[in-house]
Amino acid sequence: MPMSKHEIEELMRLIGLTKDSEINCEQCLALVAEFAEQELAGRSIHDGLEAVEHHLSICPECREEYEALQRALGEMEDEADK
Amino acid sequence: MRRDNDNWIADLSRDGPKLDGALSDLRKTLVRNLHKALSNHSHVDDSFVEDVVQDSLVRILDRLEQFAGRSQFLTWATTIAIRIAMTDLRRQRWRDVSLDQVVSDADFRPERAVDNNLGPDEQIERKTILDTMQAVIQTELTEKQRTALLAEMKGMPQDEIARHLGSNRNAVYKLTHDARKKLKHGLEAAGYLAEDIQAAFAN
Repeated sequence: MPMSKHEIEELMRLIGLTKDSEINCEQCLALVAEFAEQELAGRSIHDGLEAVEHHLSICPECREEYEALQRALGEMEDEADK
Repeated sequence: MRRDNDNWIADLSRDGPKLDGALSDLRKTLVRNLHKALSNHSHVDDSFVEDVVQDSLVRILDRLEQFAGRSQFLTWATTIAIRIAMTDLRRQRWRDVSLDQVVSDADFRPERAVDNNLGPDEQIERKTILDTMQAVIQTELTEKQRTALLAEMKGMPQDEIARHLGSNRNAVYKLTHDARKKLKHGLEAAGYLAEDIQAAFAN
């Protein structure tokens, strides 16, 4: 089936975001725990973690895994507050 | 027992009761965290979670030296368990779908993304960008880059693309990244910068 309008527009979005140097999924995995804790604490993202933020905007699988981590971390924090 | 990062690493690096205790505590935490993380997957059951946690404990012990202490140990361990779980779930969802099925006929037709609701100038700009992109896809991308990019845009997970190509997720990411770079540079050579592309397709 040919690519749909939505799929073509998503490809254009990705091309617009593409950088010459990007981290891959394994490198993202090594850094995403720190990134998630920074975000959860409301701290600004430092330079070393901007690559994670960018990778999550490009990679649907890592984004899905990050959202799952956020669910777990959110509840971990709720439990710690009790 | 509450442990800080150093205690986790120390206990998991030992033999005997300390290791057993740490593994038992880690197992319980991962089971609890995975249930929360996968709460939007209705068909995930206890047996699936137990299997994933078992695999995760092995992977975590293998990678213990890679833990740099930049986050809580349990957060890091949970990211590994989530990756194993999600990879497994994607494999189950896509196990009967071949790469050929996904990419056969999956070509890029610029006319599909021309929006008749736009003004004539915007339509022309969109069409020019898309025609340029089609030319780059046909002339600059390798067969593998084209296949990986098309499959990904059709929603096939990278792990699954990798499985069919006899490769791995990082290699597939490199294929699609290289494809995107070629497309971006091709568009830049035709005078379209990233901001032009985003503006033309913002609607």
